[in-house]
Amino acid sequence: MMNINIVIRFDKFLVKKYLLWFLFFYLNSGIIQAEPIRLATTTSTDNSGLLQEIIPYFEQKTRNVVHVLSVGTGHALRLGQDGNVDVVLVHAPNAEMHWLEAGYGVNRRSVMVNDFVILGPKNDPAGIRGERNAVKTLQKIARGKHIFVSRGDDSGTHKKEMALWKKARMTPSVTWYRETGQGMGRVLQMADELNAYTISDRATWLVLRSKLSLKLLFEGDPELHNIYSIIAVNPSRYPGINYMGAMSLIAWLTSVDGQNKIRKFKLDGQSLFFPTAILD
Amino acid sequence: MNGLLLTTQQALQLLFTGDSELWTIVLLSFSVSLKAILLTTPFAFLVSFALSHGKFPGIRIILAIFNSLLSVPTVVIGLFLYVLLTRQGPFGDLRLLFTQTAMIIGQMILCFPTLVALGYAAIQAADRRVWETARTLGAPPWFSMLTVFFEVRFALLAAVLTGFGRIISEIGISMMIGGNILGYTRNITTAIAMETSKGEFAQGIALGLVLLLLSFLLTALLSYLQGHKEFTT
Repeated sequence: MMNINIVIRFDKFLVKKYLLWFLFFYLNSGIIQAEPIRLATTTSTDNSGLLQEIIPYFEQKTRNVVHVLSVGTGHALRLGQDGNVDVVLVHAPNAEMHWLEAGYGVNRRSVMVNDFVILGPKNDPAGIRGERNAVKTLQKIARGKHIFVSRGDDSGTHKKEMALWKKARMTPSVTWYRETGQGMGRVLQMADELNAYTISDRATWLVLRSKLSLKLLFEGDPELHNIYSIIAVNPSRYPGINYMGAMSLIAWLTSVDGQNKIRKFKLDGQSLFFPTAILD
Repeated sequence: MNGLLLTTQQALQLLFTGDSELWTIVLLSFSVSLKAILLTTPFAFLVSFALSHGKFPGIRIILAIFNSLLSVPTVVIGLFLYVLLTRQGPFGDLRLLFTQTAMIIGQMILCFPTLVALGYAAIQAADRRVWETARTLGAPPWFSMLTVFFEVRFALLAAVLTGFGRIISEIGISMMIGGNILGYTRNITTAIAMETSKGEFAQGIALGLVLLLLSFLLTALLSYLQGHKEFTT
């Protein structure tokens, strides 16, 4: 008898309850939203807080939703190449050119610049403070076998670093060179812990500066220019690409309004990025 | 040491002042994992039941497979789904990569073996006569099955809680196919990884505390249910 009771109780409560829950969740997950704009970008633009600050203005103005994926430049370009995002904001001009030539992207616009800086321990065992030339700086670090922490993740910063090693005609060796495969923030922390040298984009450095004992030891070589560009993914390669959304984001970022928002973004009173799309 | 105390203090402040970004992340985490577990549970227990009450060849092999899947690394599931869901992959046209749906699918795959294996153990422990009695009394098979489920409801609930604990604390799948998009696919674990990389330890610790509290609650609930079970059977 008891079992029949149980069966009936099942029927009345649990089964119906379950069905209701199911319906609720299916309906919930089926709510139709406007097609989001998928932006793959570098950790420096996102972790610095720039995008979180300025993207909402764009979203409000154009009633678009932007999904920001923050990865390294190499990864971002790959996401665009595979059609997994609609637009990329990256900083590796050479790689971007190859990418455009291969037909993966269209309508490249340069958006803003800042620069790379070379950081190291306060006592500067390699003696790079006061050096004038980025290439010579790296040579000094390499010759002295001072520990250098590298992104090693094919990001824009890593590409720049590799280009500099090439110019310095130096082959990093595992005895002093630490390739980590981590984002910029992690690399700065690791360099800090290891009392090592590293190269960083200025924005991430400024954001993390107060939490690190690393010191800025080298800056100012034109070689260390860091140019950010935005590129739409080629819509002819993938039918579902949100090309209109991508182009409206490009238009806004390179508009007077967008450029002003970038200029006004400051940390501790210091500008992190300098707009380049429109000449004053 | 002082730094640790200070960050923990900041973390508690974030938690109790209702920092909106933090709570968005927490809610998102729960919403995704709850959907995943609720969608998986019925099907998983159906499979558990078939394995324990069915008579077909290869049951032992299937069970062995499910048991070995229990320890599959989450990044492997993440990678596997990434390859399937990328635009160049076989399911690329669905455009699911970097969506909540993809995260839910990934977590469903992750908790499925757990639910099947633990569900199987629970149902095996049930008295065979429950099924036989229900059948003899004229209940159709699926009613009888639900009767068996009801008999071992606490053990089944424990299985669900264990599965939920596994998916809410995983990071491999969420990072790889969710993409850590703010307000959309950023959950507790991916946020902790990101905040740590930004040096924002307070936010990371606050989120970690939420996870810790949750796992404590789940464990407490589990041991309560186990105690309860002993009294009723």
